[in-house]
Formats: sequence, structure tokens, C-alpha cells
Amino acid sequence: MTRLVIDPVTRVGGPLRVEVDVRDGVVADAWTSATMFRGLERALIGRDPRDAWLLAQRICGTCNGVHALASVRAVEQALGIAIPGNARLIRNLLAGSQLVTGHAAGFYLRHAPDWADLGAAPGGDPGASLALARSISDAPTLTVGYLARIRDRLAALIEAGQPGPFGPAQPDDPAYRLSPAADLLFAAHYLQALDWRRSMTRFQTYLGGKSPHPQTFLVGGMALVTPWGGPARATGGEHPRRPDTSAPAAFSERGQATLSSLVAGARDFVDHVYLPDVLYLADAYRDSVSTGVGLGNLLAFGDFPEDDSIVPRLLLPRGRVMDRDLSRVDSVDQSGVAECVGHAHYAEDAGLRPAADGATNPRYQGPPPPVTSLDGAARYSWSKAPRYFDDPMEVGPAARMAVAHAAGGPAGAVVDRVLGNLGLETTALFSTLGRIVARAIEAKLLVDRLDGWLGELMTNLGSGDLALADISDWDQARWPGETAGWSLGESAGGAVGHWLRISDRRIVAYQVVDGSTWNLSPRDGRGRRGALEEALVGTPVQNPASPLEVLRVIRSFDPCPACAVQ
Amino acid sequence: MIRPEDGLHAALVRRGMTRRAFLKFSAAMTAALALPATYAPRVAAAVQSAPRLPLIWLRGQACGGETEAFLAAAEPSVTELLLDLLSVDYHESLMASSGAAATAELTAVTDRYPDGYIAVIEGSVPTAEGGMACTVGGRPFRDVVGEVSAGAVATIAVGACAFDGGTQAAGGGQTGAAGAANIIGGDRLVTLPGCPVNVENLAATIVHFLTFRELPARDGRGRPLFAYGGLIHNQCERRAHFEFGEFVLAWGDEAAQKGWCLYKMGCKGPETFANCPTVQYASRTSWAVKAGHGCIGCAMPGFWDAIGPAYQRLPAPLPFAPNVSADQIGLALVGGVAAVTATHGAVTYGRELRNRFVGRRRGANVALADGGPAVAVTEMPAAAEEPAPVEMAPVETAPVEPAPVEPEGVGPTEAAADGQSIPGSVRAAEIVEPEPAPALPMNVPEPSADGDDGRRPGDPSPGEETRP
Repeated sequence: MTRLVIDPVTRVGGPLRVEVDVRDGVVADAWTSATMFRGLERALIGRDPRDAWLLAQRICGTCNGVHALASVRAVEQALGIAIPGNARLIRNLLAGSQLVTGHAAGFYLRHAPDWADLGAAPGGDPGASLALARSISDAPTLTVGYLARIRDRLAALIEAGQPGPFGPAQPDDPAYRLSPAADLLFAAHYLQALDWRRSMTRFQTYLGGKSPHPQTFLVGGMALVTPWGGPARATGGEHPRRPDTSAPAAFSERGQATLSSLVAGARDFVDHVYLPDVLYLADAYRDSVSTGVGLGNLLAFGDFPEDDSIVPRLLLPRGRVMDRDLSRVDSVDQSGVAECVGHAHYAEDAGLRPAADGATNPRYQGPPPPVTSLDGAARYSWSKAPRYFDDPMEVGPAARMAVAHAAGGPAGAVVDRVLGNLGLETTALFSTLGRIVARAIEAKLLVDRLDGWLGELMTNLGSGDLALADISDWDQARWPGETAGWSLGESAGGAVGHWLRISDRRIVAYQVVDGSTWNLSPRDGRGRRGALEEALVGTPVQNPASPLEVLRVIRSFDPCPACAVQ
Repeated sequence: MIRPEDGLHAALVRRGMTRRAFLKFSAAMTAALALPATYAPRVAAAVQSAPRLPLIWLRGQACGGETEAFLAAAEPSVTELLLDLLSVDYHESLMASSGAAATAELTAVTDRYPDGYIAVIEGSVPTAEGGMACTVGGRPFRDVVGEVSAGAVATIAVGACAFDGGTQAAGGGQTGAAGAANIIGGDRLVTLPGCPVNVENLAATIVHFLTFRELPARDGRGRPLFAYGGLIHNQCERRAHFEFGEFVLAWGDEAAQKGWCLYKMGCKGPETFANCPTVQYASRTSWAVKAGHGCIGCAMPGFWDAIGPAYQRLPAPLPFAPNVSADQIGLALVGGVAAVTATHGAVTYGRELRNRFVGRRRGANVALADGGPAVAVTEMPAAAEEPAPVEMAPVETAPVEPAPVEPEGVGPTEAAADGQSIPGSVRAAEIVEPEPAPALPMNVPEPSADGDDGRRPGDPSPGEETRP
């Protein structure tokens, strides 16, 4: 038995440590430890609930905006506020474009170096790379000259001993399977992804004021400048020098055109670069559908409301699947969520329900530094262990796509189509490769919907419906003395819940359970593993000095320790 | 190992960038640094020939937002930064290797770069309970920060959390979170507060270092004056509405649709020193106030607690300037003569602040233009003469009474009081009255031949200034 320690796990959203026991070349047991705690839940207590989203969104700057959205929704639910349709559309656009960008660019930034040996890219032939690109994509965006320049540039960096991010994750690892031409293609797409991602930051900035941490949310809607709906010319009572023309940014004609073209660019990137690359990778590493299988219990809170009713239809549906049985989807009850802290660095022992007795009292109880090895029987992570009606659950894109498939509807159709092209069963979603493919399916689903939301929004604004916020309950004097609220939604990492209680117009309790809290969960009070821990068990390890297979399983969850532990 | 031909200009030319476009880029950078336009060639020359700068990026108690901002860098772009300007040897969000191999890169860095490297710190450093609220490789983040910054020629603390603990210190915090300055301090530290940092300011700091081999002039807390020397309020595109008493009174009202001033909705622009209105975000696409929501003061120390409720009109006492009562600024707003007077009080107060800081920068710039020793002058000679202010607040100089309108002739007096000698008269253009045209002071002024680099009325002009 060999204990492998990976700390830091890089290319994830925060400080993460993973330890695995390897026996006979296979992972026999695993422990995941989030190694950072910040105390944001506590920092929210005592604040004005209308301010909560500003601080709550600082939980994560990578999946940015998600926790702002979750927070305003929870406060709106507590105060009984229904937001206007325009605000729903803008929120969908912000969260949807964020998810698309995060998935597609994240594939190159976080996943690709595990599957393509970027350090071998200088050995690739630009002509062969282009031929490959043409064979997998309808409209490759590269030229031979560009590929040659990238090849030369990377060769110079590697020769100088300064490859930066373009080194191999594990030099000469036999687990790399792609040709040098494919490696070069992925390296070129890595750089294209960076440039495209930067353009999408403009989309977020138009609608959010900045990115990360958009600043246009409001309890009750959004705070964006709409086009001036009044008379075009100054009337008698107005100051003649009002410079109205400076006001609109996102919704000016130029702003609308930019937003549309950015959505078109996103669709191009997903259709012609990201999705083809993922399908090519999935084909080359087809056997990775048998690793990282995991719990088989899947939970999706669902997101992207498509109408303004109290229980709206969700583009990504809500539901629970147990034991990989896709023939049945259960409804979701937020009161079933509880967090165990028996193996986490907190003062309590028992399970805590965020809606009722949730608490966050940090108390480090691990070994003193330097930490050489974790004691899996003791408290070993800053992450709590969420359970849904006492069961550990996997959340994230694979869970969302599995639930969408099981629930039928338009999302399920996209899942079928992509998996069908690969010749894979739906159950292949529960695997290392399945999670990566699920992310691409979800990006495709959302990028095709962005246009619709944008068009609907512009139609509304154009027809004079300028309402972006319902502020009838903005005044605190109208609030009840005691109230409580919660919201269920989705971040890139998975199902997100915010719970809060308001007393005398101030927050008195605030609890967050993020998707990564579910996936990075340590053991619970009964010793059952969390989702990632479970998925790691059984992973083959060819070379303990270079546990690339283990890292692939970890990153297939796209874990975000910053989200997991607030 | 690092070759000059790997510089940015070579890379840009390889990508087909013209000389003209490159000079434009240099001019933009010069403007971002608030340097006179005459510096553009110098910036261009330095950036052209600069070797890749080794950079070690450490992430502590952070949300990852600074990394996200870095990855959206536009001028220069993140790909240019990664391929041509910087050698990002350690960055946990980007690097290929993991675990012991990653840690080995960190420990080898001092040997690899005996001449030093740039260290960037993202996030706060927990100090309570042995620092175990954030560990990397099994060691407290605090220890890693200490070691890495010891071998760095400069350390850049990016974002509010690395500045003073930020979000983790909100409400006191549970982890003893501290900023980088509390851990390392010293004169090799640049702080770039903001939540998150505006990546343009990070890029400009790097370009400044490449150009002058020195860090930009900073205040007592390490904030570069080019970025944090001016009030948001004074640069705001909605400022004219403030002057005219045109305010948003409810979200979504007619005034909101017209883009009027957000002061009464709790905007903290009148108290926040940052260049958001001029630099904006994502290639000048937008910023919070332009989009429609007030400033939350995220570039200021302890802003989560100091600003009070985000939607409450600036209270008394003012959060960041405790000696000035709110109404002296706030009262501006009702209309009539009293309002004009009070407004000018606010303007004067802002102007005086700028004089204090920008004046020093001018001194540094003039010395540079003379070919003086860059090292000495960019370290803010004035700071040695008097203790640098801990807060950029008008503790001594702010008028507590609404000052009479005195748009002209104040420069020399104030500057002299501040230890600066400014011969000559203040130019006629430097009056406080808003321009009659509806054009607003909204964009980074293009550096023009007369050296106007966006100074506020009342600032000493570099051309008219001698070295103190």
C-alpha cells in the first residue's frame, strides 16, 4: 500500500489536497481536503439583506456572479418579491454566458493539459494539425502559418526552460495518447480560448459593469441603465444640458450589436472548436468511461427559469436520480439538505441543516504544519459534508445532463444527440470522460439559448417595457420583522443553495452549500465517502510518481475549493 | 536564458502588428500610467527590448477573482503576457504540474532567478491559529509568502484581500486575515486594491517596471498614484448631473434611465480613490456606474465595514475621511446657490488631495525627464520629508467649511503649502466650472502635445514645475 499525496492540486478553483492509497496499481481509498477557510458566511451576519449579494458573490471569482444570483434570489424569496421578466432574462444571460465561457475556456485551461501533452506540441507538424482540425470541425479557425508560429513560439519557451503553463503535466507519461499534431492543435486552441474568453469578458462587463464580480444586481431585479423611454428632446422643465446620450451602455444600438456579435462568436467557438475537440478527445480516450464512475446518486437543483411564474419551467431541470437509474427522477425538497461536520474542521459534531440550525464555527483540528499525511479517521478538511436525506450526492454538469435526459424535454434531446454521435450510452455520463463531455453538451445547450434570451430582452425594451426591477419592497419599513428565505440554483460546479434568516431587517443567519461542497465532501458521520473520494476509488495508477489518471478524475469534477468552503 | 528578441515588440511584429499600432499601444500604456505623452517613446523602447519577466503568482485566501481578471487582460492581452512579456513559472490556476512537482518549482525559483523575479500575491494571509486556515503543500500560506517575496525584486499584492485582508477581514473575520503588507511590508511592495483588481492597473505596473526598471510612485500604503491618486467622483462621467442636482431617487426611475447621478442611491464614488471611470473594464467596455449601479468603494481600506450599507447615501461621518462631515459634501445636492458652493467645496477638497499626491508624482516625472536617477525619484522623494499618509483622506487639508469658488490661482498657494514650488500661473483652462458642452470627463484623456494627461483643474502642470 502506497500513500500518494497531491498538494497542491493545480488547475482547480482554490487550495486542494488529495491523498490516495494505492494497492496493486489501483486506488484503494481516497481523501479530499479543502485547505482553505475564509469565513464569508459569518461576515454576512448583521448586514442589510439588500447588500448580501455583494459580499456573497465574493465566494467565487471563477464561477463569478453565481453567488450574487443565489443571494438575491434567497432574499427575494424571503421578502416575497417577484422580479420583472427583463431582469430574469438579464440574469439568465449573465449566468448562461458565464457557464458557457467557463466550460469552454476551462476545458483548455484546466483539462486539456491532462489529455494533450502540450510539452510535445513543438514536435507537431502544422500541416498535419490543420488536416486534423479540418477532419473534426466544419470550420476550423486556424491556418498553417498560425500553427507554425505557435509551434516555434512554444519551442522557444520550452528550450529556454520557461514553458509556463505550456509544459507537460507529467513529462513523457505513457498515459498521453494523442499525436504531436493533435498536441499542437490543442496548444493553439488553448491560446485561441484565452483570446475568445477575453472577448466574453466584454459581454459580462456590458451586463454586469465589470467581470468578475458583476455589480448590477439588485434585490428585486437589476440596476442596469435602460434606454431612455421618454421624449427625445428636452422639455420645458428640464435642464437643457442633460446628457442623456451618455447613459446607455448595454442597450444602446451599439451595445446591442456588440452583445449579439459576442453571442455569435461564442456559438462559433463552441461549435467549431470546443465541441469538436471534446468529441475527438472522447474518441481517443474512450476507455476513460470506465474510470471515475463514482456514487451514481445525482442531484440537480436546476436553473435558468424560462417564465415568470412562481414555479417556472427550468431550462436545466431540477431533480434527483438514485443508483444510476435514469428511468426515474424524484422531485427535490430543500429541507432535505444537511451538512455533516464530523470529519471537518468545525466545532460541531452533528449534521446541521442550513435552513434551521446551520452554523460555521471553524476550529482547525488537523496535524500541525508541515502536514505530511492526513488522518482519514479524524477531521481532515475545511469542507463540510452535505447530504441529501442522508445520502451523499454527486452534482455538476454530469448530474444536470443526466437529470435533463431522464426528465426528457429539449435538454435531454441534446444529450442524446451528442452521446449518440459518440456511440455512448447515457450511463457513460457517470465517468471521468462523461463529466467532460457533459460540460460540452451543456455549453452547447446554453450557447444556443443565449440568442433567444437576448432577442426577447431587446424586443421587450424596444416595445417600451423598461422594467428591470420591482422595488415596491425596497423600503425596509415594509418588511416583516422575521422572515427566512432560500434559493436553489446551479453553478458551474453543481447545485447551489443559499439559506438565510432575517430578523429586524438584518441578516441573522446565512448558510451556503455550493456544488463543490457536495463534490469535495469529506466523509460524513457514518464514514461514507464524498463524491470525488468515491469516484477516485478504483482508478488505475500506472506510475505512482506520476498519478495522471488520478488528476484526470479530480479535474473531471472541475472542483472549486473556494466555492466549497466559504 | 531570457533573450531580448523575445520581447513584446518582436512578438507583436510576428503577429503582424504595425509600428504605428505598437506606438499607439505605447501611448495607451503611457496614458494609463498617467505619464506625460512625451514618455510614449520611452515606454515603447523599453517594452520592445524587455526580456520576459519571471513571475510567481501565489494564491491564498482568495475567490480566484484576481486570476480571472488577469486572464482577461486586454492591453497587453493575456496571451501576449503569457507568451511574450512574462514567464509565469508558478500559478496554481494555470500550471501544468501538481503536487510535489509544483512545489519543487516554487522552491527552485530563487536558484533559477538569482536576480529576482516579480511575486504576485492574490488573496489574504490568515494569521490566526498558526495560519492553518490556508495551507499550500501542507504549509501555512504565510510561510510561502515570506519565502517567495524574500527573493523577489518586487511584490505586487493584487486585489482587496491582498491589500488589507479584504473580504476575509469583513466584520473582523474568523481567521485573522491580513494583507500582504502586514506580512512582508517594505518598499518593494505594490498594492493594487479593488475587488477584483483592475487588470489594466496590474499591466500598467508591469509595463512601468519594464520601462523604468522601477516601481511606479506610490502612496504610503503602496498604491500607485497613477491609479489611486484621484477620486472616482472627480472622474465620473455622471459628474455633471451631480453638479446640476440631477439624481436617481429610485431604481429604474426616469433619472436612472437617463443615467443621472447615483449619489443618493449610495454611490461611494465621492469617497473612493480609483481610476475606474477612466480605465473602466474589459477594454473600456463599462464600469459599475456606467452600467447603472453605484460604486461600493472596493478600492478603499476595510471597505466592507467602512462603507456601511451599500445603498445608504454617504453617512456622517464619512467612512474614509472621518474629519469631514458628510453634509459638507452631500448637501450639494439640492440646488441653488448653496449647492454650488458646497459642490465647489467638494471639488476643492478633492483637488487638494490630488495636489498632495499628484504633485509628488510630477516631481518624479520631471526628474525622470531630466535623465535623473530613476531609482531615487520614483520612490517619492516627498514621502521621505513627511510621513506618508496612511489613508488617502484629507485629514489636514480638506476644507471643513464649504470653500468659496476660487477656481484660479490656487495652485501655487496650495502647492507651496505642500512643499512644492510652482512658478508661473495656472492655465486658464484650469477652472472648476463644468464645461458648457455636454461632454463629460469620462474617458482617459489622450495624452496631447501640451502634456495634458488628464489632470484635474488645479493640478500643477508638469511643464511648469521644477524639482523640489
